[in-house]
Amino acid sequence: MSWKKISLVFLLLIILVYTCFPFYWAIVSALKKAGTGTFIVEYWPSEPVLKNFIYVLNRPAFGSTFFNSFLVSTLTVLFCLLIALTASYALGRIQFKGRTVLLLGILGTSMFPQVAILSGMFELVRSLGVYNTYQGLIMSYVVFSLPFTVWILTAFIRDLPIEIEEAAMVDGANSYVILFKVFLPLMWPAMVTTGILAFIGAWNEFLFALTLTISPEVTTLPVFMASFRGESEFEIPWPNIMAASVLVTIPVLIVVLIFQNRIVKGLTAGAVKG
Amino acid sequence: MAKIQRTKLSKERIRSAWIFLTPMFICLSVVAIYPLITTINYSFTDARLGDLYNYNYVGWFHYETLFFYDEWWWVSVKNTFIFSFFSVFFETIIGVTFALILNNNMPARGIVRAAILIPWAIPTIVNAKMFQWMFNQQFGVFNEILLDLSIISEPIAFLAYPDSSMAAAIIVDVWKTTPFITLLTLAALQMIPTDIYESTRIDGVSSWKVFWNITLPLIKPTLVIAIIFRTLDALRVFDLLYVLTTNSRETASMSVYARQWLVDFMEVGQGSAASTLLFAFLTIATILYLIITKTSFDRQGVY
Repeated sequence: MSWKKISLVFLLLIILVYTCFPFYWAIVSALKKAGTGTFIVEYWPSEPVLKNFIYVLNRPAFGSTFFNSFLVSTLTVLFCLLIALTASYALGRIQFKGRTVLLLGILGTSMFPQVAILSGMFELVRSLGVYNTYQGLIMSYVVFSLPFTVWILTAFIRDLPIEIEEAAMVDGANSYVILFKVFLPLMWPAMVTTGILAFIGAWNEFLFALTLTISPEVTTLPVFMASFRGESEFEIPWPNIMAASVLVTIPVLIVVLIFQNRIVKGLTAGAVKG
Repeated sequence: MAKIQRTKLSKERIRSAWIFLTPMFICLSVVAIYPLITTINYSFTDARLGDLYNYNYVGWFHYETLFFYDEWWWVSVKNTFIFSFFSVFFETIIGVTFALILNNNMPARGIVRAAILIPWAIPTIVNAKMFQWMFNQQFGVFNEILLDLSIISEPIAFLAYPDSSMAAAIIVDVWKTTPFITLLTLAALQMIPTDIYESTRIDGVSSWKVFWNITLPLIKPTLVIAIIFRTLDALRVFDLLYVLTTNSRETASMSVYARQWLVDFMEVGQGSAASTLLFAFLTIATILYLIITKTSFDRQGVY
């Protein structure tokens, strides 16, 4: 091996350590037997035990918030994809006045701070009687998921080959036929990619869940994580908390590792081409 | 004849475009525009969280308080800017460096590219908890490493002081967002045709010069967009500071400050005024961003 190759491998190792060490450390800490009182820093767990994971899995709030997160994120994504499908076809394929401004407005909306509408959202949720319910939570998640979904889906739709559409137009097909008969079958990959990205965004959301829900029957995993105190009242049981951290992250990691190529494509489609 | 048919067709298309956009408009009006207007309205009232429907208008009172009487507001403004500037600065440098390394052909590149997504995918709350533990004074791995390397002689309570807490928060954010910069830069790097580099290799130009004079100008458009995206994202930071530094006033960002007034102190008026100021500030920043990127939009045109 040449020097160049050796130094490159070394640099790759540095990147690996940088990206993986914190999560690795969470796993190692979660496998520890003792509480923090007698914690010893070890880079490899000498006597790994699963009791911290079992403890977290036995918390009723863990199971219920896990389910809530999954349900709320899934419903948010499905709803947003449905609305975004027609919107991004219009934005990506039809030339009309004000389209650029509209696209920029959508991009702007997706980047607005959630806190800017927090009190108004609280009032809306209260007025509709959906405070501390799934509906209220999903409603607030649409604020950031919908513009994001429209934006990414539009970027994808612009890349689809134009010839198919032209052929359909020559045959006299109207926009509805083109969208639902010609485009929809071609759009599944883009919808899956966009859906995954939007799902991760909703899964990780914290501010709205913290403010608009109160009970573990409704609230989400990040809120559970933020208030999780573990088994002791007096000291912070870090091995428990790390076990919870690992359990919360694993579903997202599995999704990310399975769909990594799509995710990279989706993330870059939104920015590199925009 | 054909021309008439074409305009008729395009008119039909334009009409359907607006129909296609209607569901999105309705949704965003309800969940975004209505709450935004309500928030701005609240910022001129003395509304309290317990009763959102009975309130009096107090004019610009809350804005005056923010500007002239509440030093914590200015602390949060300062924190937000320090956090955003240093976070974006370091993640750009590290992110681009990683992209340059990963752009080389070598075995195991796929594994590293997958690994780079890990920090990005981990929920911010979990990130905050993981690093809180690593920064722990007694049992934290950072203290252990620094002690082993004899860089420090006694463990440091990183999260006990505002300045070191802020530095810790920046480190956590840099770790989480580096992948975003890396992936975007990598995508830009891979679009550069390789024959551009071949002539420089023959001429024996140093690799630093190649990077500075050839690579950087070519990835600049992407990098600018990535940096602006990240800056806007950093300016609204909430989760990380709320959990890592336990909702403390000393390290609060503008978002944390606004929520403290809204929820913790139940003063909806004051909180809404802070929200509105953050919104106004980010609107200006976003419009500036849009002006910068608009040219690339027009160039992109659909067909």
